[in-house]
Amino acid sequence: MSFQPVKFYQTGTFTVGNRLLPPEERSVQASGKRFNSINSGHRACQGCGEALGARYAIDAAMEATDSQLIAANATGCLEVFSTPYPETSWQIPWIHSLFGNAAAVATGIAAAMKVKRAKGKVGDVRVVAQGGDGGTTDIGFGCLSGMFERNDDVLYICYDNGGYMNTGVQRSSATPAAARTATTPAVGHDPGNVFGQGKFLPAIAMAHDIPYVATATVADLRDLEAKVRRAMEFRGARYIHILVPCPLGWGTPSHDTIKMARLAKETGIFPVFEAEHGEVKSVLAIRRPLPVEEYLRPQKRFAHLFGKSPAVATIARIQALADKNIRKYRLQARQESH
Amino acid sequence: MEKPFAITLNPGSSLANHTGSWRTVRPEYVSRLPPCNAACPAGENIQGWLFHAESGDYEQAWRALTENNPLPAIMGRVCYHPCENGCNRQYVDASVGINSVERFLGDEAIKRGWKFATQAPISGKRVLVVGSGPAGLSAAYHLTRLGHQAVIYEAAELAGGMMRFGIPKYRLPREVLDAEIQRLVDFGVELHLQTKVTNILDTLKKGFDAVFLGVGAHIAKRAYIPAGDANKVLDAVSVLHNMEDASAPMLGRKVVVYGGGNTAIDVARTAKRLGAEEAIIVYRRTRDKMPAHDFEVEEALQEGISIKWLSTIKEAGESDIMIEKMALDENGFPQPTGEFERIEADSVVLALGQDTDLSLLDNVPGLIVDKGLIQVDKGMMTGHPGVFAGGDMANNERTVTVAVGHGKKAARAIDAWLRGETYAPPPKHEIATFERMNPWYYSDAPKTMRPVLDIIRRQSTFDEVLGGLDESNAQFEARRCMSCGNCFECDNCYGVCPDNAVIKLGPGKGFKFNYDYCKGCGMCVAECPCGAIRTVPEEN
Amino acid sequence: MLKQMEGSRAVAEAIALCRPEVICAYPISPQTHIVEALGEMVKEETLTECEFINVESEFAAMSVAIGSSAGGARSYTATASQGLLFMVEAVYNASGLGLPIVMTVANRAIGAPINIWNDHSDSLSQRDCGWIQLFAETNQEALDLHIQAFKLAEELSMPVMVCMDGFILTHAYERVDMPTQAQVDAFLPPYEPRQVLDTNEPVSIGAMVGPEAFMEVRYLAHAKQLQALERIPQLATEFQTVFGRESGGLIHTYQTEDAETIVIAMGSVLGTIKDTVDVMREAGHKIGVLGITSYRPFPLTAVAAALKNCKRFVVLEKSLAVGIGGIVATDVRMAVTGMGLKGFTVVAGLGGRAITMKSLKALFEKAMREELELVTFLDLDWKAVNKQLDREKAHRRSGPVAEALLRDVGVVGARNY
Repeated sequence: MSFQPVKFYQTGTFTVGNRLLPPEERSVQASGKRFNSINSGHRACQGCGEALGARYAIDAAMEATDSQLIAANATGCLEVFSTPYPETSWQIPWIHSLFGNAAAVATGIAAAMKVKRAKGKVGDVRVVAQGGDGGTTDIGFGCLSGMFERNDDVLYICYDNGGYMNTGVQRSSATPAAARTATTPAVGHDPGNVFGQGKFLPAIAMAHDIPYVATATVADLRDLEAKVRRAMEFRGARYIHILVPCPLGWGTPSHDTIKMARLAKETGIFPVFEAEHGEVKSVLAIRRPLPVEEYLRPQKRFAHLFGKSPAVATIARIQALADKNIRKYRLQARQESH
Repeated sequence: MEKPFAITLNPGSSLANHTGSWRTVRPEYVSRLPPCNAACPAGENIQGWLFHAESGDYEQAWRALTENNPLPAIMGRVCYHPCENGCNRQYVDASVGINSVERFLGDEAIKRGWKFATQAPISGKRVLVVGSGPAGLSAAYHLTRLGHQAVIYEAAELAGGMMRFGIPKYRLPREVLDAEIQRLVDFGVELHLQTKVTNILDTLKKGFDAVFLGVGAHIAKRAYIPAGDANKVLDAVSVLHNMEDASAPMLGRKVVVYGGGNTAIDVARTAKRLGAEEAIIVYRRTRDKMPAHDFEVEEALQEGISIKWLSTIKEAGESDIMIEKMALDENGFPQPTGEFERIEADSVVLALGQDTDLSLLDNVPGLIVDKGLIQVDKGMMTGHPGVFAGGDMANNERTVTVAVGHGKKAARAIDAWLRGETYAPPPKHEIATFERMNPWYYSDAPKTMRPVLDIIRRQSTFDEVLGGLDESNAQFEARRCMSCGNCFECDNCYGVCPDNAVIKLGPGKGFKFNYDYCKGCGMCVAECPCGAIRTVPEEN
Repeated sequence: MLKQMEGSRAVAEAIALCRPEVICAYPISPQTHIVEALGEMVKEETLTECEFINVESEFAAMSVAIGSSAGGARSYTATASQGLLFMVEAVYNASGLGLPIVMTVANRAIGAPINIWNDHSDSLSQRDCGWIQLFAETNQEALDLHIQAFKLAEELSMPVMVCMDGFILTHAYERVDMPTQAQVDAFLPPYEPRQVLDTNEPVSIGAMVGPEAFMEVRYLAHAKQLQALERIPQLATEFQTVFGRESGGLIHTYQTEDAETIVIAMGSVLGTIKDTVDVMREAGHKIGVLGITSYRPFPLTAVAAALKNCKRFVVLEKSLAVGIGGIVATDVRMAVTGMGLKGFTVVAGLGGRAITMKSLKALFEKAMREELELVTFLDLDWKAVNKQLDREKAHRRSGPVAEALLRDVGVVGARNY
């Protein structure tokens, strides 16, 4: 567990806030004075998981750094919806350069800050880089790996919605098996994305032996905030991979964004854990175990699995992937103590 | 900073872009009626007072509670808590122990000496309340809150009505009853004991502007049982009433109680405590048809009471009775079988229900009495203007809670009537059903069980059977409340909005939507744990 | 102080004197010696308050420089050839964001066929990227131009490429006058960014700009280059005041006053051309030389002024616009629009092909007689070319061109050329 869950205060630490908790135990997002690093008026779709995840993460990073934070952003939904001329939603110093270079730009900023700090021109300014799964696991992977192996003092945050949503929902190396995208259409013998392809970047990040790697979802705010906070306690390269459901790309109602993230975690589809120096340190255990079908069925990108004759074998393969996650990361449901 | 044109922008400037125009549906905060409140005959705002108990502000919780019910320490013991049957938490693990928290608050109030505070200006009106049972006490309390002088005339030597003369001590210790009545007297309620009203219209003329009747149902119903001279056939009302006198009733070694209601159980358990070796309840139908509450039957069985199901008493002899076995017909009604049995009995107590003594209402024009019950309108007014009635004399449910509810309802109607108006209760909110909630967010927390007195002491003493909660577990239990349909400031809406379109107004003030930016995604609605937000279509 | 040193070392020392704060390094010949030297200086702490970052690609090199420059640090990198092409997306981005990065391009041919030797194909491929491009004729000028480049870049908030011929300059040991730190400090003030990522004054840099403002943004980039056109000669003058020597500027002229024929070129080849001109002047030919230092912005007015009295010009360039001919020549022709001059384009020295005085002399004489083709390929082996063309006509699968040509010209490996 990345944070000390409150045992029982009506909703404990499940809700964003809890008036029964002492102020110091409350979440950043519950505060009336939170930063809103990404301001109202952005042009994200209704129910955008990425807009939410970005505010959760960057607000937490702002809190952890006492507002001494600069962000570099890859091209993608987050960039496009937040900074169309003549307005920006960002309230922090922020730069967008290219699709594939956010990690390198962040390295540059961190280097600049290090020199300027040595010259006494700035304080301890920290740097985050952020991008979607395409900008992270595909086109930005080279720069990301370089930033990792040099152990540059950058926290990279990937908002994973499983595809290139900005360009109209195409497949990325983070698109799940069997998912329908514009480039993996639900036609032919094996409709949707191919099994056995794709990569799980958190594991690759861990292989770089960087100080901190974590996964999180927008459904577990406390966990997410704790991980950002923890990440900021380290110097060097850090990576947080946040699952952010996309109503457009997943074909889910805009109000179900958090629910989908919760289902991804509860079914074992998306393991939520944290690792330090390449070793898993804690996992967020499944609370109410569910079959993957519960996660798949509400999503139109998996609708072809639930036609007149459900694709039982395909669903079983996805279940096997979830089961493997559960085994590998020891996600078995635990009795909630109180 | 002199910024390059277009590529470099001022922070947060997207506020100029009002994304609220995208919306086709809008979220709205609502208060839905929690099922506990909906089920409470006394109309308590249970979720409302639990809210204060959750944060440990017990006095505020007690004050919120007593806005509707002045007798929490009593109710926390004797109420059959229909609220808990309605509680949505039963679909998560088990219902919130509302009754036990209520009792904790009631006891806490007695311990700490909390008093009621008046709110309304004095009206100068005097309202007569006949009877000091729960209906009368409740009516007197609410009338006082509304600024009227309530004057109770009680025929008996002690106040409390059936709470004193019908409910055994082991369920309701008398010091609790006395304390809650005393608080009402301290609040300004005039209480006249041993003052029997024989003609209501005459009494009304002695300077009263209206009257509330809450005389209860103290006359035991009888059934004809052929009995030998020596056999003792008693009624439950007298037995329980006599328990309050100096001389406890002599019931003998083997006591048979005839009936299947809670009163039958009370008498049997009382007999056991008085030293009966055997206390047997004879009931003509089966357990599932028994009107007595299941938990009371269970407690009785634990204490060694035996029950003869599907049996009627045919005759009572000198030291035994004859029972006829019954069988249920296809409609579920018991029919005699012609099969008989004799069982030993030193006394037979009839617990077959009670009637009201309506003699004080003779010659009151306009009154309607049907099957022994006085008929009242929605505001508890009888057919005679200015004469209101409630409690056991006006209904068949005959619980303390219903009576307290009647008293409150009548007080509000009397208040309106005194001003020449008709009381219109505020419209009821729609029920906060479980389907409207998101139970994910509630911590797993099974119900706290109240300590139960050990069996030996229960069979020999009138000590209270069910203990209370202490502060820590009362608070735990309060926090099990899911606040169905009512915002409890969990900040979820504020947190989950991707557009920062929820404004936090501060503790106790809740939230409001910033419709300039709300895109109508509905995430706040879906993730509100308690179902206190709804979506409505945007009109233009 | 006069020193005998390798061109790369001279540039590295000049860069160090400019007090760079972030240097990104990725090896590619022939710029490698520059960053190697800088890396050593940082590691041995003769260059302090500077982060030296070994990146994983040229794309990362430019991207890191973008970040550090936007972070308010004086940022430098160097590249060449394929490396420049690999970073192109970021090159455009740096200028689009107006970040005053200085980059050395040690000019080298672009493959395929892969070739490590000098020509100008690499930086000229980036003529429209929005960077200022300054071409050095000598190692002294290379050194001096870097010092001027930082000042120019930071004043205008535009990136500057200093182009120096790979190997010919980078690896040549020459005498240079290395300025003192005090001189450089007197000339180059500390970096005051026009826009910076600052937690006290947050801005969003790199917005998405649509049709409503994109053209204006592009025009403003153009306007900045026009400003540079005015500023570059001024900086040369200021430079001369501090350092006591002429260096930089838009163009250099040599013997042009009375010249009927003027040869135009960029980079180190100007030396050979001037030597050839000297010989031809002795023979009484009215020939002069125009060296272009500022390729971007292109000094149309200055070029026109320099050519106003001549009858013809020859643009000799180490680049080829495949399918048309010259790249620099096209710009020169625009400069002389309406002047009624005869112009010749000569493509020379591609991939390191030697440009000899002998060939130049013959070429210029032909030009003076106006017998040159509009586009001439200097010292092209027509025999080998024609043989291959014939081969391709005859066979569908004629095999790899480069290898066939190497066989035809009778060399075993490129190194023996």
